[in-house]
Amino acid sequence: MKKVFNIMDKIDNNSIGIVKSNTVEIKQSLKLDCGKTLNNFSLIYETYGRLNSKKSNAILICHALSGDHHAAGYYSAEDKKPGWWDSCIGPGKPFDTNKFFIVSLNNLGGCKGSTGPNSINKETGLEYGPDFPIVTVNDWVNSQKLLADYLEIDKWACVIGGSLGGMQALQWAISYPDKIKNSIIIAAAAKLSAQNIAFNEVARQAIITDPEFHNGRYNDFNVVPRRGLSIARMLGHITYLSDDSMRQKFGRDLREGKLNFGYDIDFQVESYLRYQAQAFVERFDANTYLLMTKALDYFDPAKEYSGDLSRAFKDTKSRFLVVSFTSDWRFSSSKSHEIVKSLIRARKNVSYSEIEANHGHDAFLMPIPEYLKVLRNFMENINE
Amino acid sequence: MNRKDFKIISDWIEKDSAVLDLGCGDSTLLNYLIINKNISGYGFEKDINKVQDSIKKNINVIQMDFNIGLEKYFEKNFFDYAIMTQALQENENPDHIILDMLRVAGEGIVTFPNMGFWRNRLQLGIFGRMPISNSLPNNWYDTPNIHLCTFNDFENLCKELEITIIEKKVLNTNYVSNFLLKILPNLFGEIAIYRFKKD
Repeated sequence: MKKVFNIMDKIDNNSIGIVKSNTVEIKQSLKLDCGKTLNNFSLIYETYGRLNSKKSNAILICHALSGDHHAAGYYSAEDKKPGWWDSCIGPGKPFDTNKFFIVSLNNLGGCKGSTGPNSINKETGLEYGPDFPIVTVNDWVNSQKLLADYLEIDKWACVIGGSLGGMQALQWAISYPDKIKNSIIIAAAAKLSAQNIAFNEVARQAIITDPEFHNGRYNDFNVVPRRGLSIARMLGHITYLSDDSMRQKFGRDLREGKLNFGYDIDFQVESYLRYQAQAFVERFDANTYLLMTKALDYFDPAKEYSGDLSRAFKDTKSRFLVVSFTSDWRFSSSKSHEIVKSLIRARKNVSYSEIEANHGHDAFLMPIPEYLKVLRNFMENINE
Repeated sequence: MNRKDFKIISDWIEKDSAVLDLGCGDSTLLNYLIINKNISGYGFEKDINKVQDSIKKNINVIQMDFNIGLEKYFEKNFFDYAIMTQALQENENPDHIILDMLRVAGEGIVTFPNMGFWRNRLQLGIFGRMPISNSLPNNWYDTPNIHLCTFNDFENLCKELEITIIEKKVLNTNYVSNFLLKILPNLFGEIAIYRFKKD
């Protein structure tokens, strides 16, 4: 009885409810941008809602750096938190599961069930570890295409992502113009700035120089480069928040009400960062973190068009919605402007909204009413 | 804006042309032009609520201040028409905006309220108060209109900027005979629609 009550409490009419994940083994080989080929790999994914008979109502959700396939709903009544984009996915929500069939996967190279550094390389019988090839956004999109084929989805009604996920939505429109009707690109960029790459490099150095990293073979030594991965996460976390949101959340509040004149925690913000970092170390893999940051750094679809992004968009057929947030300085609005400008130059259908929000880059995960309304209004025009 | 204005603007616009609407509001005009002239276009709008309404109508809308300098965004003559309805007087530099419009589009179309309309003159000249009317509904302290002008002022500016006025339509929100509008537009016209280009 108690369990049922818990479920009812948490899982209201707007929640997709209890979900489970599936794994598919892809037997086709996938040629990667680095030149290597993956002959066999698994992708773990979840689906929400029902695929209609014409298979025309499918939406792909692409995750960001530390995200995974669990985008909505709960695994059990005991689950403390729903999936990472539960604010947007569910019955009556902007990505409405009453209307759409939503697919969310863990990307290749991830650490949540898809083939990645922690998987066994079937050719050698050993764990990939640091030898797992560095995959790119383009590789991810190609692997997602194979998942679409497996699910017998010929054309996505929409591909959606925030941050690194937005880059995948952008790449989908470029790589498979006939397989995508709409794309929503949130808090993303068509390429990272030097400052952004610099942040990623500091994160990577923190991990790689951790004595427990062992050149990426830490599992062989039954250790985890905890310090490196925590510092990487702390740094990342700071860049995902804004000065304003940190001030509001923590100010200069002291944890024990007084200064300790030592190097342990004085301020609440320090305590928060350490807590977040510890929680992250428990759930994430260092090699995957390295790989994801490289995928971010390498993304530059304009590169093969001599830097002209509008030429990269020339053959796209998708409608685009681009969204940015005022306080996001990691992927600032100017990055979105660049995408919008190039889409207009290529005379593509695009709308752009800059949402007033003080949450920094993390805003794309927040249930900000004006933001949800922009998404909802755009989705309403997508015919099944 | 009403359907009468839409009709006039729509009549000036070629079928299948590319249109930029600056301060597009909820994109009612763009929608009208898409339906009637099969245009392709984009609207610029700052107000999030109007942006949301435009997105709901499936119109391409860009939530951005167009005072940033359009030439940074679009190549020369990228559009066939740049339109600005009832927003010219809200700009910090209307002269820059008009030139900007003609950099990115072959023709410009603007509508704005006439400060020289007889009712406005009456309120200011006789009663000594800032005019409030159908086309100027705000108080002096909360109006977005920072650069009001008369039809004559606008036409003088065009002359200075070497801009050719192709066509002009004068409207009145109340009943005024066509005869009066024709002979004394700067006195009896409440709103004008201008179509212009750079020589």
